[in-house]
Amino acid sequence: MAAIIQTRGLTRRYNGQTAVEDLSLEVQEGEIFGFLGPNGAGKTTTILMLLGLTEPSAGTARVLGYDPVRDPLPIKRQVGYLPENVGFYDDLTGRENLRYIAELNCIPEPEATAKIESALATVGLAEEGDKLVGAYSRGMRQRLGIAELLVKDPRLLILDEPTLGLDPDGTNKMLDLIRDLNRTRGITVMLSSHLLDQVQRICHRVGIMIKGRLVALGTIEELARRKMGEAAGLDLQEIYMRYFKEA
Amino acid sequence: MWTICRKELADHFTSIRFLLLFCLIFMVALVSTYMAAENVHKALEGVAKPSHVFLLLFNTPGKFFSLVQFVAFFGPLLGIIMGFDAINRERHLRTLGKLLSQPIFRDAVINGKFLAGVITVALVLTSLLLLLTGMGLVILGVVPGLEEIARLAVYLLISIAYVSFWLGLAILFSIVFRSLATSALASVALWIFFSFFMGFVADLAADAVRPVYNRRDLQQVVANQRLAHAVSLVSPTALYAEATGPILDPFQRSTSRLLLVTPLEGLSLERFRGPLPLDQSLFIVWPHVVLMTALTLICFGIGYVTFLRQEIRTT
Repeated sequence: MAAIIQTRGLTRRYNGQTAVEDLSLEVQEGEIFGFLGPNGAGKTTTILMLLGLTEPSAGTARVLGYDPVRDPLPIKRQVGYLPENVGFYDDLTGRENLRYIAELNCIPEPEATAKIESALATVGLAEEGDKLVGAYSRGMRQRLGIAELLVKDPRLLILDEPTLGLDPDGTNKMLDLIRDLNRTRGITVMLSSHLLDQVQRICHRVGIMIKGRLVALGTIEELARRKMGEAAGLDLQEIYMRYFKEA
Repeated sequence: MWTICRKELADHFTSIRFLLLFCLIFMVALVSTYMAAENVHKALEGVAKPSHVFLLLFNTPGKFFSLVQFVAFFGPLLGIIMGFDAINRERHLRTLGKLLSQPIFRDAVINGKFLAGVITVALVLTSLLLLLTGMGLVILGVVPGLEEIARLAVYLLISIAYVSFWLGLAILFSIVFRSLATSALASVALWIFFSFFMGFVADLAADAVRPVYNRRDLQQVVANQRLAHAVSLVSPTALYAEATGPILDPFQRSTSRLLLVTPLEGLSLERFRGPLPLDQSLFIVWPHVVLMTALTLICFGIGYVTFLRQEIRTT
């Protein structure tokens, strides 16, 4: 398996404060990678650097083999990024929002309509596609956000807190959707979250980030063995709290 | 870029605030031109062979102001209203991060929005001018000559450039300021400053640097006036007013308020008072047009640099 994301010594400082420090990390093609950490740990900053939306102060990143600072366009063509609390043009319908994204990605016409319809069907919004987005519930907006990513047939999805603010039912639907996309289409997923049980449910590997530093990296079993010995259970919550206290 | 431009155009034409402003400008322009036409009628009674009557329609004051003054004053509002929330509305809706994670260059976003604004402005001003021309044909009963049409076209181009400057400025503020209200207020403040207070500032500056101790000392007065004039040209409103003057009034031979004329020169000016051809009028205002374009480019340049280096956070 090839590394789809690779960072070496990635660092970002804001007027003297370090948001991300010396981050070295690899995400393999085909896995679901969970990026854990409390609020303000530097998860979003890392994601922005991977997409070329922020320049690193030091270190390098490679996404799909491209450098996000020098060569962001091929990355943006193949990576779907769902920001935290994604926004839409509220005075357009769901379909119109998707069409705009399709146009920005230069997808030609008959193909675009087919992709929009299939994306809406995948996230279960085919019925509501012609309503104004302003009238959507939070769960629907979040699913429309995923549909926008699917329109461009991504190889990699980067999701920033995809389940934030969703009710239990919405959360389940979202997690199932993510797992489904990974299994059936082979899309690599990197998601950030501070909700551990969800991460534990769907992620193959996790990285724990605290105060800008990556303190742990591996499968949940590996982390558990390292911190608690063989006897302990595989509860990510406990593992996480141990790392958190040490940091 | 064209995709963004197309979407923005659709947004402009369907937005309520644009329609309101459009109606307002149309009504005021209609009324003022109608009054101007009445005045032109009266003024021309008894004049044997008037020339360039049609242009008078646009620069004769009606009850309050001429159309040219009106555009000079209200044109900026059009630009500001279309530009003040260009970038920070996307920030506000949290769509900016998404937009910029699509495979487009960042400058395409600004270019698309600016272009959409300029197209809208061009459409508004052109339709306004055509409508007024039609009204003028009916009321005055004078058919404009080729040269008059050419002058109107040049006037239209300068006006579009002028409003585009304000559009560029408003877009710059929408990049720099995160809040919608701040960028709107900043643009409006600058607009009012340039429209009303620049004259005072210019006089103050001139009095400070080149004071006039003796009203009869010609050199002092001239130096003072020249400086005041130069300072006032910082304002795009003044630039616009001076640039359109000679274009719409072929008899105007200079943009300066202050002309030094010896008695003999004065006599010959009176004797050979005739209209300038269009290319000569253009020649007079060329520096103003260049300066106005330069100001727009400066706004744009600052906007680019700021936007390209800005971090795009949605939270």
